[in-house]
Amino acid sequence: MTAGVIIMVALGAVFVFLAVQGAQGFHTDRSVYEPAAHNFWTYAAKLLFGTTLAAVLAMIIAVPFAIGLALFISHYAPRRLAVPVAYVIDLLAAVPSVVYGLWGARSLASAAQPVQRWLGDHLGWFPLFSGQVSATGRTILVAAVVLAIMILPITTAICREVFQQTPRLLEEAALGLGATRWEMIRMAVFPHARSGMVAGVMLGLGRALGETMAVAMVLSASPLVTLKVLTSDNPATIASNIAANYNSEDNRIQTVLIATGLVLFVFTFLVNFAARLIVARSERKLA
Amino acid sequence: MAKSIDVTDLDIYYGDFKAVEGVTMTIKAKSVTAFIGPSGCGKSTFLRSLNRMHEVIPGARVEGKVMVDGQSLYDPSIDPVEVRRRIGMVFQRPNPFPTMSIYDNVLAGNRLNARRLGRAEADAIVEKSLRGANLWNEVKDRLGKPGMGLSGGQQQRLCIARAIAVEPEVLLMDEPCSALDPISTAAIEDLIHELKSSYTIVIVTHNMQQAARVSDDTGFFNLKAAGQPGHLVEFNPTKTMFTNPENESTEAYISGRFG
Amino acid sequence: MTTADVTMQTHSLPLHRLRLPQYAVPMVMGTAVVVAALLGLLLGWGWVPMAIVAILLTDVALPLWSRLVEGRRAAVDRLVTALIWTALVCALAPLAWLLIKTLASGIPAINGHFLTHNMVQQLDPVTFKTMPGSGVVHALLGTLLVTLGATIISVPVGLMTSVYLVEYGRGRPIARVITLLVDVMTGIPSIVAGLFALALFSVFFGVGTRMGVMGSIALSLLMIPTVVRSAEEMMRLVPGDLREASYALGVPKWRTILKVVLPTSIGGIITGVMLAISRVIGETAPLLVAVGSIDVTNTNLFSGRMQTLPVFIMTEYQTSTPAGYRLAWGGALLLIAIVMVLNLAARIIGKIFAPKTGH
Repeated sequence: MTAGVIIMVALGAVFVFLAVQGAQGFHTDRSVYEPAAHNFWTYAAKLLFGTTLAAVLAMIIAVPFAIGLALFISHYAPRRLAVPVAYVIDLLAAVPSVVYGLWGARSLASAAQPVQRWLGDHLGWFPLFSGQVSATGRTILVAAVVLAIMILPITTAICREVFQQTPRLLEEAALGLGATRWEMIRMAVFPHARSGMVAGVMLGLGRALGETMAVAMVLSASPLVTLKVLTSDNPATIASNIAANYNSEDNRIQTVLIATGLVLFVFTFLVNFAARLIVARSERKLA
Repeated sequence: MAKSIDVTDLDIYYGDFKAVEGVTMTIKAKSVTAFIGPSGCGKSTFLRSLNRMHEVIPGARVEGKVMVDGQSLYDPSIDPVEVRRRIGMVFQRPNPFPTMSIYDNVLAGNRLNARRLGRAEADAIVEKSLRGANLWNEVKDRLGKPGMGLSGGQQQRLCIARAIAVEPEVLLMDEPCSALDPISTAAIEDLIHELKSSYTIVIVTHNMQQAARVSDDTGFFNLKAAGQPGHLVEFNPTKTMFTNPENESTEAYISGRFG
Repeated sequence: MTTADVTMQTHSLPLHRLRLPQYAVPMVMGTAVVVAALLGLLLGWGWVPMAIVAILLTDVALPLWSRLVEGRRAAVDRLVTALIWTALVCALAPLAWLLIKTLASGIPAINGHFLTHNMVQQLDPVTFKTMPGSGVVHALLGTLLVTLGATIISVPVGLMTSVYLVEYGRGRPIARVITLLVDVMTGIPSIVAGLFALALFSVFFGVGTRMGVMGSIALSLLMIPTVVRSAEEMMRLVPGDLREASYALGVPKWRTILKVVLPTSIGGIITGVMLAISRVIGETAPLLVAVGSIDVTNTNLFSGRMQTLPVFIMTEYQTSTPAGYRLAWGGALLLIAIVMVLNLAARIIGKIFAPKTGH
């Protein structure tokens, strides 16, 4: 009996030990700098930029769709359609990331190339779309689209839940005044769901930040800071950079990669933590 | 501007289930009509069919006629949104919009319809509606405060103000006092007396004494048997209903022999 | 009557409002399809641009028509409805595209040889030429073993942790620390988990070590939080009355857990474990980093690199050859099939074992 408790405590201690050990491992490695005569933090910052750029682009694409889908399931779908659609969206989450990467690199990129060419030709004055359009179509824009599809399920699921929890009484207050369905959603559902939507967006962002394979397979990238999303000079993300260089036999490069991994971990943790705070605060307000 | 409502042979269905059967009545303009009856007998369902609110539940439909001012509410060319704009509703529990101030709550309905409401015009509507709901003096100094900060009775009066701000032709009230204390209830009953000079009011209530106090006409709803649809047993001026009801079961209900 | 009434206007007009006919929506959609088809045939488009144009036409024409007939508010409402349905189609299209592409490109690659051989060069018995390897069996075995290893680590650890959290640790500070640790673990990017295993083993076994079991450890870091969470949820669902009935009979706490709580929640726990497995079986990044990639079949978790299915897909893709792509798609199809089967099985088991409370 007490043996059970001791095991529990021991396991807890093991967790702590492992966490500290891992951190230590990263820590001592951090004193080595990349051999290419850069400061570690500049190197990491460029990668962080790429990570954030890809994730933010993905969010810009995914969030409107997530909200629209969540609204569809909660308020627009004919009853019989709502559950199957929710199920199919969850199915999107079950596809392994390497398959998304394969599809993104082989199918989406070549199909999207004409679109990207059109964007570059007609909207090239816009800084995002300037520069020489890539011939293969494998750009950070396409990677962002793949990321967006991957994070759609989680943001949709969270938004859908908060939308469905809007009190019926509030919806009827709006409808009773003669509101159309959309007006009712604006008056009753969105104000009620505000913090839930933010949490959903941030959790999706956290997922996008940590995603490796989709980006690594679609892009051939290096640490770059650029806002041009249509070219073949693509900024690497921390994760894709690790995946691209992990095989290097040089121990020092490996340790640097590990250090960037730690940076990513901390960054992602902060985002997820913030999301959880927001959810907790909103739950307290409603209670 | 208040109108009368003519209901002819109305059946209300949820999917295949018939909830209310064969209701025929005339609700007089600028009067108060009350619906009484035991729980589950369809009086709230019938009330909601008068402004097509029951359609919020998927699968709900009606057969029969509801005519307002010679127009059928259920004509295919009629938009339910328009119906609800003209026939307002106050609900069982107060439901002001939590993220809006008192001021914005009152104007919520108006803002849907009018593109732009000038400041002076908006102020006038807010004052008029809050006065009409007997709430003006209590909140006039804190119009910017959230609507949820009021007491239950005040919140319900705020909802009434919100409902009358759009100047509906009919005001439906679904057990408006059931969540309130006796003092707030009395305040609202007084309010109903005042409102009836401008609006047609239909009120569903569980409280027979309230119906007797407040209404000009009363309709008694009942179920024929468990699992059967509800129907209108009797519809008469309130005085008659409570002193000399025509129907046996009406008498039984009123004297408390069941309910 | 005050000035407010004059601006309201509407209640002096009849209730009757013009509305679009009931067949309006199908009519607009049909017309849009026809117009898009005609345009496409004229301008030589494929069917995808035609579909996109048809959708765009519907989304624009319907609200416009509504604006003319029904008024601004109804038009906005119809626009939003159209946009939401469009979003649905746009979200489902990539999934359909991906699945169709995987099937179309993967099925040709899968055959008996594919499933029974690894990537070692073969000697063709007829021509005596060396042929490049084209099999995936080493990857399948590797995935099986590594995932098994991860499950063996995470299920006991996860279960015991959740038992502690639910039954023993309520309110105690240690419980809160453990919950915090679990929370932190849910947020680990998968590649960092792999890096962690790499760093750990390089401390003990030297730099450059790669072992199947390292992958198991990395995967279990990702699995444990899921197992703990779902087991916790399931066990909390067990009504307190059940436990108290057992205590009242004099059964000690640990036995109650073993004989009452766990069996009651076992269905949900199994479902949670299977879902966790289906989530990690497709993980590539940690395995790439911690286990590496080889062509031969290695079934020893504790010695040297092992091939796993997701990494196989990645390395075949990286060859940038048609043969490599073919193998990659075949592997992808296999992987999706495995994940879907696991998912389905998990849900079915969940339904079978669901507490029969009529929920």
